[in-house]
Amino acid sequence: MKILEKIKPEFWDDEDIGAKVSGGLSNFRRIWQLTVLLTLVVTVFPLIFMTLVNYTAMQASAKAEILLHTSRLVSNTRRTVSFFLEERRFALNFIIEDNNVEELKDPFRLGAILENMKKGLSGVADLGIIDSSGMQRNYVGPYKLGGKNYSGQEWFKEVTEQGVYISDIFLGFRNIPHLVIAIKQRLAGDSFYVLRASVDIERFKELLSQLELSGMGDAFIINHRGILQTPSRYHGNVLEKISLPVPKFSAATEVFETRTSEGIPVIVGYAYITDTPFILMIVKQQGELMKPWYKTRTKILWFLGASITVIVFVILGGATYLVNRIHRAERNRAMIMHKMEYSNKMASLGRLAAGVAHEINNPLAIISEKAGFIKDMFTFKDIYAKDQKLLDTADCITSSVERCAAITRRLLNFARHTDVSIQTLDLKTVILEVLGFMGKEAEYRSISVSVDVPDDIPKIRSDRGKLQEIFLNVINNAFAALNDGGSLDITVKRQGDSLVSLSFADNGCGIAEADIKRIFEPFFSTKTQKGGTGLGLSITYGLVKKIGGRIDVQSQAGKGTTFTVCLPLVSEEKEGGNTDAGIIGG
Amino acid sequence: MRVLLVDDEKELVSTLAERLSFRGIDAEWTVSAADALKLLETQSFDIAVLDVKLPKISGLQLKKKMQEKYPAMKFIFMTGHGSEEDFNAGAAETGADYYLVKPVKIEALIEKMNEVLQK
Repeated sequence: MKILEKIKPEFWDDEDIGAKVSGGLSNFRRIWQLTVLLTLVVTVFPLIFMTLVNYTAMQASAKAEILLHTSRLVSNTRRTVSFFLEERRFALNFIIEDNNVEELKDPFRLGAILENMKKGLSGVADLGIIDSSGMQRNYVGPYKLGGKNYSGQEWFKEVTEQGVYISDIFLGFRNIPHLVIAIKQRLAGDSFYVLRASVDIERFKELLSQLELSGMGDAFIINHRGILQTPSRYHGNVLEKISLPVPKFSAATEVFETRTSEGIPVIVGYAYITDTPFILMIVKQQGELMKPWYKTRTKILWFLGASITVIVFVILGGATYLVNRIHRAERNRAMIMHKMEYSNKMASLGRLAAGVAHEINNPLAIISEKAGFIKDMFTFKDIYAKDQKLLDTADCITSSVERCAAITRRLLNFARHTDVSIQTLDLKTVILEVLGFMGKEAEYRSISVSVDVPDDIPKIRSDRGKLQEIFLNVINNAFAALNDGGSLDITVKRQGDSLVSLSFADNGCGIAEADIKRIFEPFFSTKTQKGGTGLGLSITYGLVKKIGGRIDVQSQAGKGTTFTVCLPLVSEEKEGGNTDAGIIGG
Repeated sequence: MRVLLVDDEKELVSTLAERLSFRGIDAEWTVSAADALKLLETQSFDIAVLDVKLPKISGLQLKKKMQEKYPAMKFIFMTGHGSEEDFNAGAAETGADYYLVKPVKIEALIEKMNEVLQK
């Protein structure tokens, strides 16, 4: 939490600096959140989306390549295996066609044939001639199988029925896994004989082990019942039942994905070898095959993570920096506006003070003269007791002191607003108070001021100081627009249940139509040569808004201007709204 | 020396006139520019003491009108505004001989009048 406190930008808890000046709520935290959110959405979202698309495409292509590779390997191997078997079958065919039964029954002849075959065709272990009763009539090979009767064996029945037979791998009499290729040759009548060769599975094993298998691959042959015909590395030994399910028949090479009984995902490629009981299977572990892809994937994810981190940091930093700048600018603006408001107030106070000094100096001059006169009476005249002139003089002194006291009271009344906010006020009193300071100017310039407040105007609850400042500014403005001898009519009217309107109508020079929209803008002034700051009306506007009212202006150039201030009967200014007092007090 | 006092505060000018007369200075007074101009038609004065701010016709305007008739007349202004230094800095500009800030000390006024007349 301490770190959070440290990196927390200064605008974070500062929600309404702008509100003090502009009247609107500038929530910097919201601006920051919105900026961060929007930029994150428009940067991170497309990045993630593109990465995801890319990711899926790459994964699919990696997998497709593996499947294709496996399928091709299965096809090639099937061709090799079936070629191996066909080659031997054709050789036997050739032998049986090329030799008659008598020749084949000759052990020397058959032995010679076996020797020749072994030279050209590997894997053929022995040859045998079996007659139609299943008796082995001739046998050449390493095992003592001569005279064996095969009539009870499955393969003999098959070959009798189908003419050609390629057996599963089995142990047989010799107790060594091998397969048998047998071809039937008809003789005259119902009689026939069978040429039978057994083939070592060593050749098969060799064939399959020569395959370069990636991904902990395993190539083996099973029969249609799922019995392993060649040893496998991971899925059982010869003549054991395979742990994987037997794939369904398909004439073409197939590849599918499955899981082993241990739950390892594998890719299985298989092909049924035509005219044999064999199915060639190549099983590869997906995890191993996908390793290069996993590496790429890790890189992609790292890149994505790093990019997002960088983006997030840049956005957070950038947004914080920018909002901080805005915040500072706003704060400076607020400070400057406060300063200007303050200096404008000081200028008003200065004007007031000058007016007051003039007002007070007159009665003081009288007092001074009268006091001097009394002294003169003592100095220049001998009789002073019961002197009527002396009594009049004393009365005059008293009345002049009263005049001074009244002015001082008025001044105090005017200045008191700095520490009071909402109070119950009589509008007429407030207007007359303000006019009290303008009265002499009106007199000297022969300006006639009329105040019309009907009796039905109730007292309002508002901020006395702000009202005084508003009225003073508006009346000042009217006086500035008036020629000597002009008139200002102040009229108060009730507007519905909750509003009163005050109109200040002068018959002065008016405002040009082009300027009328701008008069409430700060720094807009037509009196710059005469010392106008261009802030009076903008501050007035702000003050009226602060006490919940509104100010409008109608004007005709050359004919006069009417400012209308609408005020609520009850102003709902916030408690903390009296910022001016704080500033002056500070 | 004849002096004309013009100020809208009657109590001020009347008392001032009387006090001047105690000191042997012949002083007349009026409370408006119009009255002052009327008075000038029948009487002549060496010096006029005017309030700057007078209703309707200001002290400065009055001074111009009086000077047209009596170019030799001297003028001293009285004002309730500001300090003497401020106004005397601009005295030449307005054609006044001297400014005095209210309340005016009678000795200072007499001294200035003598000073102005001897110029």
